[in-house]
Amino acid sequence: MARIHRRKLLQLSGAGAVAAKAGGIASILATARAPAYAQTASVHWLRWNDFVPASDALLRKEIAPEAEKALGIKLNIETINGNDLQARTTSAIQSGTGPDVICGLNNWPQLYGESVANVDDIVEEIGKAQGGFYEESRVVANNGEKWLGVPWCVLGAMIVYRKSWLAEQGASSFPATWEEYRAVGKKLKAAGHPIGQTLGHTFGDAPTFTYPYLWSWGGKEVEADGKTVVLNSKGAIDSVKFMADFWKEALDEGGLAWDDTSNNRAFLSGTICATLNGASIYLLAKSKPDTYLDDKGKPMFEDMAHSPLPKGPGGQFGYHLPMTNMLMGYSKNQKAAKEFLRWITSKEIYGRWFNSQQGYSVGATTVWEEDPLWKKDPVMLPFRGAARAGRFPGYAGPADRKAAEGLSKYLITDMYAKAVQGTPAEEAVKWADAEFKSIHAA
Amino acid sequence: MAVTSYALSEPRAGASQRGALTRTLEDERWLALVLLLPTLVLLGLFIAYPFVKGVELSVTDTKVGVAGNFVGLSNFLALANDSIFRTAVWNTCVYTVVTTVFKLALGLWLALLLNRHFRGKALTRAFILLPFIIPTVLSTFAWKWMFDPTFSVINWSLFRLGLIHGRINWLGEPGLALISVIIVNVWRGVPFYAISLLAGLQTISPELHEAAAIDGARAWHRFWHVTWPLLLPVTMVVVLFSVIQTFSDFQLVYVLTGGGPANSTQLFATYAYQIGVGTGLLSQGAAISLAMFPVLLLVVIVQLLYIRRVETL
Repeated sequence: MARIHRRKLLQLSGAGAVAAKAGGIASILATARAPAYAQTASVHWLRWNDFVPASDALLRKEIAPEAEKALGIKLNIETINGNDLQARTTSAIQSGTGPDVICGLNNWPQLYGESVANVDDIVEEIGKAQGGFYEESRVVANNGEKWLGVPWCVLGAMIVYRKSWLAEQGASSFPATWEEYRAVGKKLKAAGHPIGQTLGHTFGDAPTFTYPYLWSWGGKEVEADGKTVVLNSKGAIDSVKFMADFWKEALDEGGLAWDDTSNNRAFLSGTICATLNGASIYLLAKSKPDTYLDDKGKPMFEDMAHSPLPKGPGGQFGYHLPMTNMLMGYSKNQKAAKEFLRWITSKEIYGRWFNSQQGYSVGATTVWEEDPLWKKDPVMLPFRGAARAGRFPGYAGPADRKAAEGLSKYLITDMYAKAVQGTPAEEAVKWADAEFKSIHAA
Repeated sequence: MAVTSYALSEPRAGASQRGALTRTLEDERWLALVLLLPTLVLLGLFIAYPFVKGVELSVTDTKVGVAGNFVGLSNFLALANDSIFRTAVWNTCVYTVVTTVFKLALGLWLALLLNRHFRGKALTRAFILLPFIIPTVLSTFAWKWMFDPTFSVINWSLFRLGLIHGRINWLGEPGLALISVIIVNVWRGVPFYAISLLAGLQTISPELHEAAAIDGARAWHRFWHVTWPLLLPVTMVVVLFSVIQTFSDFQLVYVLTGGGPANSTQLFATYAYQIGVGTGLLSQGAAISLAMFPVLLLVVIVQLLYIRRVETL
């Protein structure tokens, strides 16, 4: 048997490597395509931890591998707590490095308008193919000149309530007006089942209640010019006066300290009869029928229903949390990230994510109102067209940085919180009006 | 031969280099500089640079992702007309003063108890440190559940004991909310005081107490005339650190109340975060943070002067 010495082996293997390499280059030149390993760009997508865990599982287990096959990209999905998302976005922009795509909340695309890439072509294409965007999705993601992100979804906020408890107090259907809601709420509180609502510093449930409540009384922050502050109005003062009495008569007064999870716990423990929330309370009760029971020992979800906020003298409105995928300007993977956004928001792929949400969020485009999902569970039906009545803070002005400042300072929420703590209505409105004026004067 | 001469010449060159270095370092000024250099680099990177950057931001109109222009002191002037900022200033001062007084009193009391000999002393000392060891966010979440308006274990216990008949809205009433965050801060801060003061107590010679006792001094007099004067320098340093930390406290209030309800627990740091990160107005957030600086500087100067005076007595 011929012996192969160390030197010979090195020579042979070196020649082999060179031959292989030469062959590889030749084949690359022949096909005019980069080898597969060189093509694999990676796209880093930052999102919040979804309130429907099945959706995160779908993204990780099915969508990410499919993205790799369909687009030749490595999709890195990172989910973090919703409260930490904005700090992370700020640091990414300031340092010029971080996720390629960030799924932002509210009007963040307007806040970070100078730091995002243009996605006009993708958004126009999706809007045209999917029946157009809801107004709320448009105002937060479009600055009047260009799209600052690709609208992703709208998280509906509806009142979830206990049908039997309301029926016991004579309300066979959900009260249509604030007056009726207060009347039945008074009886319910006396029976030990108050209405639950936060007026604390929490980003979801507090503003999604207080802003539409203000609008329903005809109040608003500014005129359409986005400059003239008109909060100190009869509508706003009436709304604050009503709230002060409503709070004492019908609501759980612990709500001043509640965060976004407190009302979920209070409802599921049978402490409160109704609260404004996303569909998560109902979906959780439905997924665990043996855990969440009503006072008769039956699954609680069977006694639950959803309704929009009641009407006021100024109409009926909602503020549903919009989410937008922002393609960050600092990203080195612009092309791959754009292709990914076009693909993930396409009807076929997005539809799977939309269905995994079970109605917790609705699409940013109107086409999803026709999805068969809405035929599955009538209790979820009120969410279907919720986004149509949606407005965004800053109304009637644009959803710009000044609107975000009022929102993040909790001015509208605190106006009501002050009143329920004893500040006269006129004084509370005057305080908030002055704060808005100083924001708009800057 | 050449090899030999090379081998001989190298140590000579090295020796001459080392000699130059040694001679330089024999000069105490250079030696001090070299020894201080790592500290200076660390302080420069992690203290001075962020501070200078903060000052630079506060005099511009920088927003997230938008480089700012110089605007002078207008961010600070705007704060003077900001009612939420005024509330935050008042809350921060009340929060710092009240918590410091309670932490000092309870910490000193605990330190005096722990300085005695009893069975299980080491274990007790370890347990005392628990609030300080647990990450603040975790322990604050536990407190948040205890103060929960619906499921408060404190309310439940008081109700069962017959001490209350209704619910105490710990974090929902403006006055009570501030008291609640003060309670949590005191709970968390007492171990730091206790252990630091205990270390100070252990440096005091027992002979001094024995001599005072022989002279007829009672316990209170021994504490007031022997223990307290000798413990004062340590106490001042502990108070200094604590005041600085409490004045810039963030996590505790952020988790418990987010500054609410209606800004009744809003502090400098939480408001700065709300403006800087929540609204993207980095320069205004920096101005709010820096508004703390003159107050803290004054506190530090007064305390350091006092410590120097005490030490030279």
